Amino acid sequence: MPLRVGEKDFQTRVNKGLDDAFMRGTVRSAQEQLRTRKQASSEELGDWEAWRSLGEEIRTHTLEHLDYYLEQLSDKVAERGGHVYFAKTAEEGNAYVRKVAREQEAKKIVKSKSMVTEEMSLNDALEEDGLEVVETDLGEYILQVDDHDPPSHIVAPSLHKNRAQIKDVFAEKKDYEDSDNANDITRFVRGELREEFLDADIGITGCNFAVAESGSISLVTNEGNADLVTALPKTQISVMSMERIVPTWEELDVMVSLLCRSAVGQKLTSYITTLTGPKGEEEIDGPEDFHLVIVDNGRSDILGTQFQSALHCIRCAACVNVCPVYRHVGGHAYGSIYNGPIGAVLTPLLDGYENNKDLPYASSLCAACTEACPVKIPLHEQLIAHRQIITEKEKLGSMPEKWAMKMFGTGVSAPKLYRLASKQAHRVMSPWTKGSRISNGPGPLKAWTNFRDLPAPASERFRDWFANRRRSEFDE
Amino acid sequence: MSRGTIQGREDFLNRIAEKIGRPRSEHVERPEWQVQPQWDVFAGENTEQLMERFKAQCDKIHTNVIETDVNGFREAVAETIGAYQADSVIMWDDVRLERAGLDDGFRSQMSALGVETKVWDTSKGEENIRLAERAGVGITYSDITLAESGTVVLLNSPEKGRLVNLLPENYIAVIPRSSLVPRMTQATRRVHERVQNGEEISSQIHFVSGPSNSADIEMSLVVGVHGPVRATYIILGDE
Ligand code: SF4
Repeated sequence: MPLRVGEKDFQTRVNKGLDDAFMRGTVRSAQEQLRTRKQASSEELGDWEAWRSLGEEIRTHTLEHLDYYLEQLSDKVAERGGHVYFAKTAEEGNAYVRKVAREQEAKKIVKSKSMVTEEMSLNDALEEDGLEVVETDLGEYILQVDDHDPPSHIVAPSLHKNRAQIKDVFAEKKDYEDSDNANDITRFVRGELREEFLDADIGITGCNFAVAESGSISLVTNEGNADLVTALPKTQISVMSMERIVPTWEELDVMVSLLCRSAVGQKLTSYITTLTGPKGEEEIDGPEDFHLVIVDNGRSDILGTQFQSALHCIRCAACVNVCPVYRHVGGHAYGSIYNGPIGAVLTPLLDGYENNKDLPYASSLCAACTEACPVKIPLHEQLIAHRQIITEKEKLGSMPEKWAMKMFGTGVSAPKLYRLASKQAHRVMSPWTKGSRISNGPGPLKAWTNFRDLPAPASERFRDWFANRRRSEFDE
Repeated sequence: MSRGTIQGREDFLNRIAEKIGRPRSEHVERPEWQVQPQWDVFAGENTEQLMERFKAQCDKIHTNVIETDVNGFREAVAETIGAYQADSVIMWDDVRLERAGLDDGFRSQMSALGVETKVWDTSKGEENIRLAERAGVGITYSDITLAESGTVVLLNSPEKGRLVNLLPENYIAVIPRSSLVPRMTQATRRVHERVQNGEEISSQIHFVSGPSNSADIEMSLVVGVHGPVRATYIILGDE
């Protein structure tokens, strides 16, 4: 599955999402559940803001010295007998994995969920060579069995499907005969997947964080599938996107703690596995042969730009879970494996503006994403920066604004638009400002500026202005 | 162990340096981080307080907790195996388990009750994996235990197989009271110090918190998707 998924046309995808009442229901309750859990568990941590600052500081430092830490990482992996391959592109990475599979005369591959291999379309590449590739994460497995239905959420990929639909998928494709009870379905999948694990020649995983000082990679899951993927097959290949690295084990603690709390509201997930090289000579289980593929695939082009901090992302989906736009349209509307606010920031960076010029408009600019992000990526500011580039440089501006108006007609209330307008710094709004008025606002603002000029938020926060104005209206 | 290969590195890293806009980083000191809230969590709490937190957390992660001392230990393990209605057990080849009471005598007692108890045996190679796959219960010993998250940290080695806590349907972790620390911070510092001293670390370090679970179907929790369906921690008081 490539970076871009689903219908080509953004409007079609959005309409589909808006029409899907079930999906909206699930998405809404999932958002609420994940958000509440996150809130509860981050409160227990004491000073959550201090944790976020630490997360941001660690990510900033690491990215600024990425070449050094990747060099250290690769040396350490090699010292422990692992092989490291640096892949500039998806094609290079895929070619390397295919070569390893050929050398091992592999037939079956088990995988644990990995965004970067999705981005590379690694499964397709391997299937072209006649290999059988099995996704073992429950949500990913469901999607795979359902003819590769695309995922709709970063941490809950099959969120858009209900129990009955899932049951039908297994009944049709795997002769499943039991009920649509989640426990029954799980039992069935457990049995199916056990066979696959015991049979597989190669295990492929992603990498949540690599630890430079020891050449270790870590995998964070609740199901324990990554553990089986790495312990049973003789050959293991871990594919990491180049920015997923921390200097030492001490930072691994911080990043994993932030990830677990932000992603699923847990202190730690059930399984956190850290692997250093292949198994020792005396060891029975674990891979004999370990490969680490480090992938660039467009990421280095983000370094040194105003978007560099987008690479700080740890894929926790906290921004997705607070996003009102995601709530309305669902994950598929983004047309990218990276959805929600971070998807809207990242996809145009990795895949260019041409095919993704609508995405930066898939935001109400309410800044909830920025406030939720555990590593303090200024997501809504980056979305505005994208819009500026699109309107100023790319001249692609008119269509997405129409889209934004239409969508916002359906959900986000007017006071919310006022509030978001007020949150933007003057700098950001300047392209649309004439004197002290905004007469041609971007995206959703345009709906307002069409029939009235907004005062520019330079001198007074709009919310305050609005509150004052209301008060004076009532006073009159 | 022979050294592995590295391919494609120079171009790749040069490009990164160039994009950042400076020459390649020769040496980087990890800075002293400005804030370090991780050390404040449960700071100054004694083992008793940490133990209370640990037990409360186990409740949340659907993990059964039994507290016992050396005298009651064997019985506690036997009862748990009985409660799981298992007829086969596999456990680490770990002298700490043996010393605590899971020795030959225990194994013959269990066998009299119809429960076959096997120890992970490096001389038997792959057969261990088949045994673990069939076993109803897997038993390991916790090297470090994290109060905050209800986690056992397993430092794997040839005698301490990775699959013992994963393949069987039920999992028992034996937890010495003395292994308790506030949170992951203390465990990762220990590993960090080993790395700094040039010592080799385990090829797998496993942080395990309760049974395997998933919320992929309509966000409702289900257990045992891949790993164990049930988990019990047996806390062993120090002598
Ligand atoms: S951008 Fe921030 S909140 Fe969103 S997934 Fe990445 S780390 Fe999480």
